[in-house]
Amino acid sequence: MAGSTLASPSAEPVSGPAQTSAATSPGRETWKRFRRHKLAMASSLVLATLILGVVIGPWLWPVAINEIDFSAQLQTPSWSHPFGTDDLGQDLLARMIYGGRISLAVGLAAMFVATFFGIVIGAIAGMSRGYVDNFLMWVTDLFLSLPQLPLLLLVIYFFREQLKAMFGVEGGVFVLIVVVIGGLKWMPVARLVRAQFMSLREKEFVEAAKAHGATKLRQMVHHILPNAIGPVIVAATIEVSSAIIAESTLSFLGLGFPPDIPTWGRLLFDAKDHLDSAPHWALFPGAAIFLTVLSINFIGDGLRDALDPRRVI
Amino acid sequence: MGAYLLRRLLIALPSLLGISLILFTVLAMAPGDPFSEMATNPNVPPEVREALRASFGLNDPIMVRYLRWLSNMVQGDWGFSFASRINVDRLILQRVPTTLFVVGSSQILALCIALPVGIYAATRPYSIFDQVANTLAFVGFSLPTFFTGLLLILIFSVWLDWFPFVYRSDLAATGWRWYWEMFRQAIMPITVLGLFQAASYTRYVRSAVLDVIRLDYVTTARAKGLGEKTVTLRHITRNALIPVVTLVALQMPAVFGGAIVTEQIFRIPGIGSLLIDAILANDTPVIMAVTFVFACLVVLFNLIADILYGWLDPRISFS
Repeated sequence: MAGSTLASPSAEPVSGPAQTSAATSPGRETWKRFRRHKLAMASSLVLATLILGVVIGPWLWPVAINEIDFSAQLQTPSWSHPFGTDDLGQDLLARMIYGGRISLAVGLAAMFVATFFGIVIGAIAGMSRGYVDNFLMWVTDLFLSLPQLPLLLLVIYFFREQLKAMFGVEGGVFVLIVVVIGGLKWMPVARLVRAQFMSLREKEFVEAAKAHGATKLRQMVHHILPNAIGPVIVAATIEVSSAIIAESTLSFLGLGFPPDIPTWGRLLFDAKDHLDSAPHWALFPGAAIFLTVLSINFIGDGLRDALDPRRVI
Repeated sequence: MGAYLLRRLLIALPSLLGISLILFTVLAMAPGDPFSEMATNPNVPPEVREALRASFGLNDPIMVRYLRWLSNMVQGDWGFSFASRINVDRLILQRVPTTLFVVGSSQILALCIALPVGIYAATRPYSIFDQVANTLAFVGFSLPTFFTGLLLILIFSVWLDWFPFVYRSDLAATGWRWYWEMFRQAIMPITVLGLFQAASYTRYVRSAVLDVIRLDYVTTARAKGLGEKTVTLRHITRNALIPVVTLVALQMPAVFGGAIVTEQIFRIPGIGSLLIDAILANDTPVIMAVTFVFACLVVLFNLIADILYGWLDPRISFS
């Protein structure tokens, strides 16, 4: 951390014994602030339940996702099928558990891709002056005005077959969707990181590091980035939910995962032609997407309050 | 002002060129073309297929094809739709008005909800109204448009049978009946898109108003005895709207993305559903043209936002 050498003699009284009892570590302070956001706490519980459900679900509900049973078509929820069945008599609970794993994994993986690109591009733009910065920001603005959904649809529809051949059906589409969604969502993070870097690089502590002989890379990674990370975490949280929505949208338009991989969006796509006879088929996956996205957004809001030290709650 | 507009247009041009180059490269790298189906058709000999490909110039290098596309497009020749057998520009002109009508109405609806709610919530921060509005806004933008669309169809078309769930551009009725039928079929898609946008705009408006509400000039306005209504509407709102304009413009790609989904759910014959059909049919000229139109619309709205910005904020000079 900051080290034990005081900046000036006048700083002495602040670190006296009276202060140490009240002082808490940044992590604990953040947690204390986060706990005060009731909706964020409730959302963490909901999200934890959902994640636990899709992770251990297959052991608690060991029903095959592709077991076709024509005697049980379009059944409403019952004890043998808690979420009902689809038009082929396949159990919807099992399909939702399986699909939830994929939807959540896509969201997380795409968030990591987007945040990584965002941090790298934003950091380079924020540290360099002149034409590098100008060029990178031009590229960022260009990507921001790209028609995202059409482009997503195009790339995924056209390159699906090639990647399927390379990574297998499930893996290929997964890699493609994650890379494309991540590649089209890094811009907000990049702008945020750039703005943070621009203001932090002029601060005294960076100058001090420079005077100690820290290289440019070390200044960026060790000194500036940790101080800029708060808003980035918040943005990354929101990226998860927007990636989940993007994946569901693609699958809902029939251009995402193939039919044998029932992600939540794909379930909705299959269900939309049977709304009159089997509304439960659409309601369960729709509610699952909604709950996941809502709780992630609330958690992001709680983190925003908790990670901003200037904010008085 | 005129010089500024010209310069702003000149800045927008390289962006449009960049966007079109990216789109064209993606399309050109994609496997499969409109003639791939002929490969499985035994009635078309391979030589004919090759001759057709050559006549459409599909065997040339990407840059050559891009430049040819660009020069044709600038001259008004947008290509020929392989699937619909008419010129692409006519096909798009048929579809654009419907999309603009739905998107435009939904934006108006969104602003009609977001402005009053956001301003009222910000003038009473942390009150019950503010908390309820804030929570509802969160719920609103966490509800994906495809799910709200299905929910509305389920409630209002299947259960209540109030509105039709298929949008028709060739209504048989005339006169007042036509307007009534139009209203009935357009209300659900407009509501879906409008509510979704209203949710995010409400949060923008609220935080923008909160930013200016504590500034000194507002206190001055109150101190000289102006009524609370005048202070809120003339002093606070006008200044708070400035950042909102930018944020609304930045939302445009998302708005048109949402339009694609809504058009698909309610089977609205707009450019969004045209794009999906074209992708499924491998109809390259149409895909290129539609995505480019989307990009142009986004750039155009950013331009409008910049101009509005200057109009709302006299501190910004155009020189």
